[in-house]
Parts: sequence; structure tokens; C-alpha cells
Amino acid sequence: MLRIKENIYKWIFSLLAFASLAFLVGITVILFKEGLPLFRQVKFFDFIFGKYWYPTYEPPDFGILPLILASIWVTVGALFICVPLGVGSALYLNELASRRQKVFLKPIIELLAGIPSIVYGFFGMVIVAPFIQNLLNLPVGQTAFTGSLMLGIMATPTVCSISEDALNYVPKSFREASLAVGANRWQTLTRVVIPAAGSGISTAIILGMSRAVGETMTVLMVTGGAAVIPRSFFQPVRPMTSTIASEMGEAVMGSSHYQALFAIGLILFLITLVFNVIAELISRRFRLKLGLGR
Amino acid sequence: MNRKKITQNMGFSLLFLCIIATLFFLGTLIYFVVFRGIKVLSWEFLTQVPRKAMTSGGIAPAIVGTFYLTLGAILFSLPLGLSCAVYLCEYSPKGFIVNIIRMSINNLAGVPSVVFGLFGLGIFVKFFGFGVSILSGALTLGIMVLPSIISASQEALLAVPQSYREASLAVGATHWQTIKRIVLPTALPGILTGVILSVGRVAGETAPILFTAATFYTRGYPGSIFSEVMALPYHIYALMTEGTHPHEQTQIAYGCALVLLVLVLLISALAIYIRQRHRKVYE
Repeated sequence: MLRIKENIYKWIFSLLAFASLAFLVGITVILFKEGLPLFRQVKFFDFIFGKYWYPTYEPPDFGILPLILASIWVTVGALFICVPLGVGSALYLNELASRRQKVFLKPIIELLAGIPSIVYGFFGMVIVAPFIQNLLNLPVGQTAFTGSLMLGIMATPTVCSISEDALNYVPKSFREASLAVGANRWQTLTRVVIPAAGSGISTAIILGMSRAVGETMTVLMVTGGAAVIPRSFFQPVRPMTSTIASEMGEAVMGSSHYQALFAIGLILFLITLVFNVIAELISRRFRLKLGLGR
Repeated sequence: MNRKKITQNMGFSLLFLCIIATLFFLGTLIYFVVFRGIKVLSWEFLTQVPRKAMTSGGIAPAIVGTFYLTLGAILFSLPLGLSCAVYLCEYSPKGFIVNIIRMSINNLAGVPSVVFGLFGLGIFVKFFGFGVSILSGALTLGIMVLPSIISASQEALLAVPQSYREASLAVGATHWQTIKRIVLPTALPGILTGVILSVGRVAGETAPILFTAATFYTRGYPGSIFSEVMALPYHIYALMTEGTHPHEQTQIAYGCALVLLVLVLLISALAIYIRQRHRKVYE
């Protein structure tokens, strides 16, 4: 009797454990089911490389190249901000901060990582965008640059936390050995600690990138939303995420516009999937290299 | 020798600048939201419904809506996430299965929030026919937050010393009894931390509820789990992009942003505090 009960519990737990997999499969199925019918109408190649996004015109144009490029621009711009700031802060916390500073700063960074994206978007819209518009004398303040700036600031605490973890995993003996042969702290940091934590830090960067590509509310509120191929950092753009968020409300359910938005979601899903798989492979190598097991 | 020292000093100053810049940017954000938001904050603002086409009155329905959505999401994802963590940590199944589950958790964690919104729209709103409702929104948010609940619970379970389990099994308890009476109670503070952190995250998410639950204006409080709701994060967005009184609406949006910020930061601070205390007990 007891035995049966034990087995029942085991089965329930193992069944529920597959929920994540089920949801992941569910997401894929839904995106394909709702998005794929579009390709009866529009060729896949024209969808990805089409230069015009006029979903409500007659006849409509469903080319998402401007949206993909906008996402890439904004993300790359954000990386230029969050990588130096995040990794630099992590190095400071790990190497230079006194115990007291650490106790104080680490929870603060963690708290800041939890600020909702809508708050960043709101702040970017009412404060940063007008500021940039005045500063650079632009026709509008909501530009790719504003988006990159806000995304970069937003991702910095995350990149910092994950990099700091990676630095923590570097065995103390590495540092001691380097200092023992006469290297100073800076040399130890740049030639021993950073290379040892390198793949861990790259995981942080890739995860930060994946978040930046998929971030919605911030870019929706600060990038302006013009669906044209970006030519400069200081013009409004419309990344993939904000296209979905802003147009889904107007799209008629089941129309080709609706399908196109799901197809964009599918592309976005696949991009972040690739990023995550890469991040996972790198972090696995990192753990093996430092002898941490899997 | 001297040059080495100069490089070191310059390098260290640069790192110091990095953290100062990070704190400065984020400090500016908090400063503006707090000092502009506090002007509109009042008891009425927190307890009244919006009036005069969103230009006066309060945001109470949005606060209530966020509460329902968050509660629903946690009620859905906590049992699922905890079971998953228990299975992975306590039943230690074969490597292949663990790898598949672990990979799905990691990948689910990386799915963009707007894609969760699309999924919720496709499956809950359309396929199951729940419509744009609290139920659809809470389920969508619950799925989104599942990976963080699982990893927090896993960490908490792994922190339980192996000797506790062995002692329980040695006195004749079965596997399930050990889990129920020894492992889970010991891991409880850690699990709680994870859950509270997830609450903070769910409360602030906007993209997943855009098409599944949120609406700009309801006349009162939600009547059932099948009604549309106002929610704090969505309300900020809607105030900034819809309506006809941009100036007044911006002021209210400042108030909303402050309420949301304080709510989320307080919740996270509570979680971090519990964790810090708990760590001390172990050490």
C-alpha cells in the first residue's frame, strides 16, 4: 500500500516536471499554427528580405527587413553600453570593493535588475527622449539611439550580476599563483582572472543580448516606431518586438496582418532560442574548464 | 615598475567609473520617478477609480488588477515549479531526461515576453476561448515566470544538507515522507525567496498581458476571472499612448510609475532580506 503511494507521487512529480517542455512545445506549435498560413500568401524570402512594411495598405506589404535591422541596431547599440558598464562594475565589485561596499552594493545591483521595463520605457519617453532631442537638436527625441541607451542601462545590472557570479567561480589559487610570481593586481586581473572567467562573462553578454532583442515595452516607448530601413542612429526605428506589441491590438484576428505578427514572433523566438543554446554551450564549457562539473 | 603601477591605477579608476556611471544612471531614473510621482500621490490616488476621462481620480482598479493577475500567476506556477524542482533534485532521474528538462527550462527562461503574449493570445484567448481576461493573463504570466520559480526552488532544495535526508530514511521514513516532512520544510525560506522575487517580476510585466488581459479603462473592479482588468504597468503605457489629455495623463503616469516602482522594489528587498537572514542561519 505504502509502496503504491510512493510510486504514485513519483509519477505525479515526473509528469509535472515536463511542464516546461510542454509549454516550450506549445509556444512553438501556436506560433507555427497562427503564423505559417501567411506564407501561402507571401514568400518566405520576401517576408524576411522585403524592404517595406505596410501591413494595412491595399495590397499590403509584409517585408520585415526594416524591423529586423532596427532590432539589430538597437541591440548592438545597447551592448556598447551594458557590456563595459556591467562587466566593469562586476570587476570592481569582485576585485576592488571592500567587504562593506560589497555587502551594500550587491543587493542594490540586484534590486535595480528588478525594475520593470515599463518604468524604463516611461522614464525614457518623458525625460531621456526630450533631453536627447534638445541636446542634439533632432526633429524627434525617440530614436534608435534613445532605445539603445535605455536598453543598455536596463541590461547593465543583469550583465553585472551574471559576470560577478562568473568571476566568483574563478578559484582563489589562480590569483594566488599569479601574485606569487610577481604580477601586480591589474596584471592578475587582465591576464589571469578575466581569461579564466571569459566564457562565463560571454554567457552574461549573450544572455544580456538575448534579453535586449526580446525586450518590448522599453523599445516600444522610446524608439519612435517608423518602419523604415534605419540609416542613422538618430532616427526613429521600429524593432520587431514593438511592432508586435503596437499592432496586435488593431489587427483583425485571423487576417494576414495578424498572421504576419505571429510570424515575426516566430522569427524572434527562433533568434532567442539560438542565443540561449549558444549561451548554454559556452557556460557548460566554462564549468568543465574550471573543473566545476556540469 | 612605475609604469606598471600607473597602468594599474588607471585601470582601477576606470572600473570605479563604471560602477559610478551605472549607479548614476539608475539613480537618476529613481530620482525623477520618485520626485515627480510623489506630487500626485495621495490616499485618494490609491483608493479611487479614475474619473473625467483619466484626468483625475485614482488608480485603485489598476492596483487591484495587478494583485489578481499576480496572485493567479503564482497560484498556477508555484505547484508546477515546485514539483518540477522536487523531481529534479529528489528523485534524481536518469541523465538524459534531466538534460531535456533542464534545457527546456533554460530556453523557456529566454523566450521574449512579447512572445509569451502571443502564445497566451493564441492558446488561452482564442483556442480555449477564455477571451481577454484575468484568467488568460494570469496563466500567461504564470508560464513566463515558471523557470525562475523552478530554479529558485532547486537551489533551495540543493541547499538542504544530505545528512537530513539520510537521517530521515535511516529511521524508516519513506522517500515521500522524507520529502514532505524534512526536505520541504527545511527548504521553505529559500523557496519563499524565489517566489517573492517572482512576484516582483510578474507585477511589473506588461508585454504578456497586452493582448491577454489588460484594458485601459474599466468602470469598476473586475467581477470575475473572465473579465478584462486594468493593471498598473499597462496603465502607465496606456496613459502615455492613448487618451486625449496628454499633460494630465503624464502626471498620473508618474504616480503609477512610482507606485509600481515602490511595490516591486519593496517586494524584492523583502526577498533579499529573507535570503540574507537565512544564509546566516546556515553558516
